[in-house]
Amino acid sequence: MFSEEHYLFIKKQRRNQFYVRFTQIFILILFFILWQCLANFHMINTFIFSSPRQMFSTIIELHKTGDLYQHIWVTVYETLISFGLGTFLGLLIATILWWFPFISKVADPYLTILNSLPKVALGPIIIIWCGAGIRSIIFMALLISLIITIINIYQSFINTDKNKIKLMKSLKANKWQVYIKLIFPNSIKDFISTLKINISMSLIGVIMGEFLVSKEGIGYLIMYGSQVFNLNLVIAGIFILCLVAAIMYYCILYIEKKLIK
Amino acid sequence: MTSSLQLSFQSMNNILEIKSLRKSYHTKDSEILAVEDFSYSLSDGEFIAIVGPSGCGKSTILSILCGLEKKSGGEITIKDNYKIGYMLQQDSLFPFRTILDNCLLGLEINHELTKEKKKKVIDLLSTYGLKDFINSYPDELSGGMRQRVALIRTLATNPDILLLDEPFSALDYQSRLAVSDDVYRIIKQEKKSAIIVTHDLAEAISLASKVIVLSERPSKIKKVFDIKLSNRSTPIENRKAKEFSEYYDAIWKEIDFHV
Ligand SMILES: Nc1ncnc2c1ncn2[C@@H]1O[C@H](COP(=O)(O)OP(=O)(O)OP(=O)(O)O)[C@@H](O)[C@H]1O
Ligand SMILES: [Mg+2]
Repeated sequence: MFSEEHYLFIKKQRRNQFYVRFTQIFILILFFILWQCLANFHMINTFIFSSPRQMFSTIIELHKTGDLYQHIWVTVYETLISFGLGTFLGLLIATILWWFPFISKVADPYLTILNSLPKVALGPIIIIWCGAGIRSIIFMALLISLIITIINIYQSFINTDKNKIKLMKSLKANKWQVYIKLIFPNSIKDFISTLKINISMSLIGVIMGEFLVSKEGIGYLIMYGSQVFNLNLVIAGIFILCLVAAIMYYCILYIEKKLIK
Repeated sequence: MTSSLQLSFQSMNNILEIKSLRKSYHTKDSEILAVEDFSYSLSDGEFIAIVGPSGCGKSTILSILCGLEKKSGGEITIKDNYKIGYMLQQDSLFPFRTILDNCLLGLEINHELTKEKKKKVIDLLSTYGLKDFINSYPDELSGGMRQRVALIRTLATNPDILLLDEPFSALDYQSRLAVSDDVYRIIKQEKKSAIIVTHDLAEAISLASKVIVLSERPSKIKKVFDIKLSNRSTPIENRKAKEFSEYYDAIWKEIDFHV
């Protein structure tokens, strides 16, 4: 079908891609090997810095007792709930702001302040209000993801091409039709990139919440590890968290690919 | 058919009457009188052009006619059951809709989407050279094609009077000529009346049977030119008529162009 040159080009691209992947994995392995060597030759104190071997054996232990999956599940579950709530409420509130310009003008300074406020400062109050349990954690995560979701989606709504709105009006569309046939579908791309931010934000919020309260979850694992000075547990927790974060992010990427062709 | 309404028309043939239309815009620190006095009676099947210096209020007049802006004064009467369609300068095709779905937008909005009407739109697209693109997305089309789609989107709701606001200004010269030929043909074949706003005097003369020259803002009608070409045919052919350049010069002199 294609010319020889084209095949060569594709081949070169593939090879290039392979080198990038290879180097990425190589760096990761090198990092672990170096770390392990430093530990083996007592160049670092494994009591403080742990070591890959100790980290993995901690994970295997957690796996054997079955605790590992319970902790992962709790964190993922909390993240998904606050992600879902944040996305839904964010979309709803952004829609209300778009629909009623008066409300959006009134809300503007409040949103700006709330957005720049470090939400963790509200931690103590949240615990008092919502109790030391999952509700506090979800509330915390929601606070962190919601404001930025509202702002991003609303921005995308009001940036819709004025001429397209004019066109809708010239076709005698009512406000709901303008919203459902133009504003919303036009913002789908931005909406999905908001999802990507939102899932990370929710995870950050959940871990922060688990630091503050909770008896389960990856955040709890890390916190508990540091309290009993079991650095193996802390490092294992961080490693698992990296994996969970990556998997959730790639799930959203997958959904994005499915939705936007 | 209410006879009293019919009687208010000067001639039975008129489908749109505009009497001393006035429009001012209000902004925070000023009031702009955009249109001071505009009157015209459009008869069935007529194709007229409005020209005038930039910012004199041409778009404003069309926006009021189609109900996008409120008038400040004057009277507009449209013959019973006659509908107005507006084609804006930008094609404003929705990138997330296929060409066909873009064209069906007006019908969807007015809950008029029936099988026959959909078929009619498909026929229109096929007739005017867009058959292979019915299920494509707008970014796959050239500027001229997009403009044709925009016209068919306007025609889909079956308006009787078309308002065209500089429909070709985004196109390069070659496609401009070709598309204006196409649009003219479509409008004549579908037996529509049309008011076109343009900056391009040659375009105005080649398309319209009357050219209205507006003064600077606040705009009033300065002069109406009756374009009588010896052998009127398609816009491109009309440009070759011997009277063409006379009209061009005459209209040019009427317009206060500040460049
Ligand atoms: N929404 C608005 N608010 C305030 N002033 C406006 C508004 N729309 C138009 N104007 C003013 O009214 C005048 C007429 O505008 P209009 O767009 O009708 O001119 P135009 O003849 O179509 O110009 P152009 O040839 O550049 O398209 C302009 O001076 C413009 O600044
Ligand atoms: Mg204009």
